[in-house]
Amino acid sequence: MKSIAELEEIRKKTLEQINMRKNNERLRVVVGMATCGIAAGARPVMNALLEELKRRNVNDVSVTMTGCIGVCKLEPIVEVINPDGSKVTYVKMTPEKAVRVVAEHIVNGRICRDYTIGAEEGK
Amino acid sequence: MEIYRAHVLVCTGTGCTSSNSGKILEEFEEHLKKNNLENEVKIVKTGCFGLCAEGPIVVVYPEGAMYTMVRPEDVKEIVEEHLLKGRIVKRLLAGDKEQETISKSLDNVEFFKKQKRIALRNCGVINPENIDEYIAFDGYKALAKVLTEMTPQEVIDTIKKSGLRGRGGGGFPTGLKWEFASKSKDDQKYVCCNADEGDPGAFMDRSILEGDPHSVLEAMAIAGYAIGANQGYIYVRAEYPIAVRRLNIAIEQARNYGLLGRNIFGTGFDFDIELRLGAGAFVCGEETALMTSIEGKRGEPRPRPPFPAVKGLWQKPTILNNVETFANIPVIINKGPEWFASIGTEKSKGTKVFAIGGKINNTGLVEIPMGTTLREVVYDIGGGIPNGKKFKAAQTGGPSGGCIPASHIDTPIDYDSLIELGSMMGSGGLIVMDEDTCMVDIAKFFLEFTVDESCGKCPPCRIGTKRMLEILERITGGKGEEDDIEKLEVLAKNIKASALCGLGQTAPNPVLSTLRYFRDEYEAHVRDKKCPAGVCKAMVNYVIHAELCKSCGICARNCPVGAIKGERKVPYVIDDEKCIRCGVCMEKCPFKAIFKNA
Repeated sequence: MKSIAELEEIRKKTLEQINMRKNNERLRVVVGMATCGIAAGARPVMNALLEELKRRNVNDVSVTMTGCIGVCKLEPIVEVINPDGSKVTYVKMTPEKAVRVVAEHIVNGRICRDYTIGAEEGK
Repeated sequence: MEIYRAHVLVCTGTGCTSSNSGKILEEFEEHLKKNNLENEVKIVKTGCFGLCAEGPIVVVYPEGAMYTMVRPEDVKEIVEEHLLKGRIVKRLLAGDKEQETISKSLDNVEFFKKQKRIALRNCGVINPENIDEYIAFDGYKALAKVLTEMTPQEVIDTIKKSGLRGRGGGGFPTGLKWEFASKSKDDQKYVCCNADEGDPGAFMDRSILEGDPHSVLEAMAIAGYAIGANQGYIYVRAEYPIAVRRLNIAIEQARNYGLLGRNIFGTGFDFDIELRLGAGAFVCGEETALMTSIEGKRGEPRPRPPFPAVKGLWQKPTILNNVETFANIPVIINKGPEWFASIGTEKSKGTKVFAIGGKINNTGLVEIPMGTTLREVVYDIGGGIPNGKKFKAAQTGGPSGGCIPASHIDTPIDYDSLIELGSMMGSGGLIVMDEDTCMVDIAKFFLEFTVDESCGKCPPCRIGTKRMLEILERITGGKGEEDDIEKLEVLAKNIKASALCGLGQTAPNPVLSTLRYFRDEYEAHVRDKKCPAGVCKAMVNYVIHAELCKSCGICARNCPVGAIKGERKVPYVIDDEKCIRCGVCMEKCPFKAIFKNA
């Protein structure tokens, strides 16, 4: 016998799993996963992103992959894209940096300037 | 819990299944495993997306990339390019592949833009064999709300206020039907679902049952609560094996969760559902015949009154609603009757699902707000007529309906406008016809269907439709007599007035409606012994143009009956006696030397 509370629980739990099929994303996170990106360690970065988003119960952000952007020396590259198309490009990512990007940028809206392509180029 | 970063939705509706989506599923499993992606990417079997002409369809989320006409050998590329490297496989996307207008997401595919999916809301989105996914998209929430917060009368009032009308054909107000049944006093009442979809070309009910079976189960339980019934029956065609299997799975899952059975949500309300398989008689879609069939007897209609709401299944008060009608109910409860009533036209609220077929580019299933014009359906959603041909007419309502000619293409589609045009909404089959269609032949086709499917109980239908068919056969056979058209009209009028059930009463409609708009074609057949569209075989013949013929012999080799003779350097000739007018020779002639005389 199911109660209404149990129904609501199933609803929430399953919705988390299939939410990506609804179009309500606030941000899109794109990880460069061409040969260069994968060789530079993009896969652990992506897994770290997914796990951190999951841990923090963020379900309005999608994580997808993309091909080579062209600056292979800066891989792994992660881009955080707003619905209007403007974006922030993070370079030379690691799983640790990815966790910080989720915490600071995605959750709290503060861009991690020191990881961005601008900061790297300025070095 | 597993985290998946991508979901691959593969259509497993009947359309895509028959174009090999089962094999595509296997290929995905294999290739994801090969690339170690099986823990990152989830494969979901889902219901019909509606774009059956472009099937098999695969949609990859989170991008919402819609791949069309996917072949098993394409799967490797999708996995390696898209899922592994994040590069969408553009050549397989829906849309114009040559230009920059490739639609990445299914939301921007032209076919979906003008649609509003209420009854089909979950088709192509959830896995129909997983009740949790249905619950995730607010499934069974309406049932919970009804059982805990509303009285049966409030439920009926909500449905009445929404303006929902029966989607099976007649368009009777659903709330009113429920009210009649709720007012009938009896110790036992029943809720029946009519899933005996029989109109040639219509398959919306099948798609809902295959793609979202729980929405029907939930709505039937709501109906049960509203009228005071605790038993439901779904009468579904045995020819829908996938729908039957998914319904059985859904009923089992709902029972396990306590969403069907005794004491639902601890409220003391009991409701259970059983399936009854129809053996494929068209007449069993008629409500009284359907109930007779559920009772285990031969499916024959009986006179009304008494109406089913008073004396239905086993002489008990019964409501009978169509699959699509039921699929609308949970949404109306959740979003409110005002929301539903805000969609559509003054007297037809909400949306209607149409199965578009015939001479049209995007064959498939579409759900549009009532009041959408036929032009929008044919040209914007349907993608127009193939080969640049002209639109001649659209047939709605199947064997009970009629034709809407090109002159009325801007009519907003709703129950009343279609009746006014001499057609009807029917269950939603919409067959598009181009300039090469003979309207007399179309009327004959539908009448052949009703003659085959007449149950034989009442003479007007059994004998009358047969006589009408004989006249039509005479006309299309080039032997039409001067008063045949008048005879057809008299017969049609009498059958309509005297047949026992809906099947007979509406059987003359295809003839009457084609007579109304295309009388000149009938007259050409009868008086001039000519078929203007060049379809009726008795009135066309094929000839080889002696000067254009290069005596290659290709026509003779392809003729299935050996009716073409000739030799080198002498033009070939068709023996008109032997010729069966199949047109193969004309198609095959490389010099376009063969002509059809209409």
